[in-house]
Amino acid sequence: MSMDLAVRENLRARHRRNAVHFCLYLVLLTVAAMCFFPFLAMLIGSTQDNLTITTRFTLVPGNRFAENYQRMMQNKDIWGGFLNSMWLALTNTALCLYFSAMTGYAFSKFQFKGRGGLFTFIMVVMMLPGQLGVIGFYREVSDMKLMNTYWPLIIPAISNCFAVFFFKQFLDSGLPNEMIEAALMDGCSEIGIFHRIVLPCMGAALVTQGVMSFIGNWNSYLNPLLILNRTRMMTLPVLLASIKSGGGASDYGAQYVGILISVAPLLVLFTFANKVIMEKIAIGAAVKG
Amino acid sequence: MNTRKRQKWAYLFIAPFFLSFLTFSIYPIFYSLFISFHDYNPLTLKMTPVGWSNYTRLFGSNYFWSSVVNTVEIWLISIIPQLTIALILSLILNERWVKGKNALRSIYYFPNLITPITIGMLFTLLFGHPGGAINNLLVSSGLAAEPVNFPNTPILSKIVGGIAICWQNFGYNIIFITAGLHSISSDVYEAAEVDGANAWQRTTQITMPLLRPIMLYIMITSIIGGLQIFDIPKMLFNGSNNNYATRTMVLYMYESAFQNWQFGYGAAAAYTIALIIGAFSVLTIVYNGARGRERKVK
Repeated sequence: MSMDLAVRENLRARHRRNAVHFCLYLVLLTVAAMCFFPFLAMLIGSTQDNLTITTRFTLVPGNRFAENYQRMMQNKDIWGGFLNSMWLALTNTALCLYFSAMTGYAFSKFQFKGRGGLFTFIMVVMMLPGQLGVIGFYREVSDMKLMNTYWPLIIPAISNCFAVFFFKQFLDSGLPNEMIEAALMDGCSEIGIFHRIVLPCMGAALVTQGVMSFIGNWNSYLNPLLILNRTRMMTLPVLLASIKSGGGASDYGAQYVGILISVAPLLVLFTFANKVIMEKIAIGAAVKG
Repeated sequence: MNTRKRQKWAYLFIAPFFLSFLTFSIYPIFYSLFISFHDYNPLTLKMTPVGWSNYTRLFGSNYFWSSVVNTVEIWLISIIPQLTIALILSLILNERWVKGKNALRSIYYFPNLITPITIGMLFTLLFGHPGGAINNLLVSSGLAAEPVNFPNTPILSKIVGGIAICWQNFGYNIIFITAGLHSISSDVYEAAEVDGANAWQRTTQITMPLLRPIMLYIMITSIIGGLQIFDIPKMLFNGSNNNYATRTMVLYMYESAFQNWQFGYGAAAAYTIALIIGAFSVLTIVYNGARGRERKVK
């Protein structure tokens, strides 16, 4: 009798727990759906004609993608912007990785005068709001006669404070001093040590930072907007934004196609590298927390 | 080992970084300060020193202060749901029985990767009037009798801006909070379980207090980042309304410098904005420190 009661009590508790779990899953999935909805609207919108987009709500894809795409291309050279963005992001990522690794290595493994002070200096500047130097940067580039060139967008990639900080942290624990000392004993040059021992040791950190740098550069907007005025030099975000301000607000279908093209590379990258990206952020959190 | 010779190499290794850093990060910051005390003529390219007059003009400008208020409003509209959702979801995702944690975190995080420009465009299309997807949804589901005018109702366009920023950032905060949750030792929970604490008590009595440092960090970074919002408001409803309601302070600075070509005035705005952001950050830290001490006294 009491046994029966205990079983029933147990069953009721399990039911209650299942109900709670069900509700919590529902919360999780609802938020996931809300995250996904704008993308869905973008995908559906890119395949519909403007009349459908603006007059009724539908989740069924249409068949006007080709026409929307063509109207988009007539307006702006999206693939030109795509290529500009792509090579700029790749170049900047490569530069950032190489020089930040070099700087991080120096801060991690060398005892030189001013090391602590310089590192603190970098950390402090990192905290300053980014817009503080925008006007000075614009005037400086203009004084240097570098407007409408890619140089002011490429060279700053060399000095990425976050990357230096990240690489220094990584090398502090990830590269034993003995390896460097052994290489010095064997007569390896300093630059040789960097190329043949330090860089290969940093594989994982380079991939992580590389993915983040690429995304940051791909999305970069304000500086390219200020520096590049010629349409054929423009990067994808600047080009997309210029459609908007050019009074094309009514052409929903074409704009959805443009948005799709700018989001696609990130979607591909994220599919392959989402683990790497989220780990990098978690590392940042662990350091700061 | 010849350490002095090695020192030279260290300077050589950090030289490219500092050359670029000084030229394109440090110099522009000081140059901006210099410009803020000058009047710059965009036609003759002449700079005339004007003392504090750019700052006094800025402080007397209603447009500037209303942009400051807009920024704080949009930031509050975005930060409150953003942190609430992120905290609740992180706590649920931290439970053992939840399946597909990594997939869910990835979905939540993805919006953070997209260009703010694209997000601004996307939300402008979604919340368009009368033909945006949200209005179509509202009307066809019977929730609204007629399309809601999001672009031209100040409070609604601010809310749309807040939603866009919240949508972009809450997944990022989830990863941060999760890292904080993982750093709490499981011994503490086991001890609490032995003492008979239920899930609710464990969350409120152990997890929440131990999360304080990471929540403070998230608050500070979101103040620094959130008060600088620029791209999304710039794109949002641009062209379809006069966007006074969503003009943030950094957008105001941008328009002063690069649309009205008043570099001195814009630079003064940049420095004032940095001070405002600094003041907000310090206030948060001080307030948090005071509350932390209060708790200890109890």
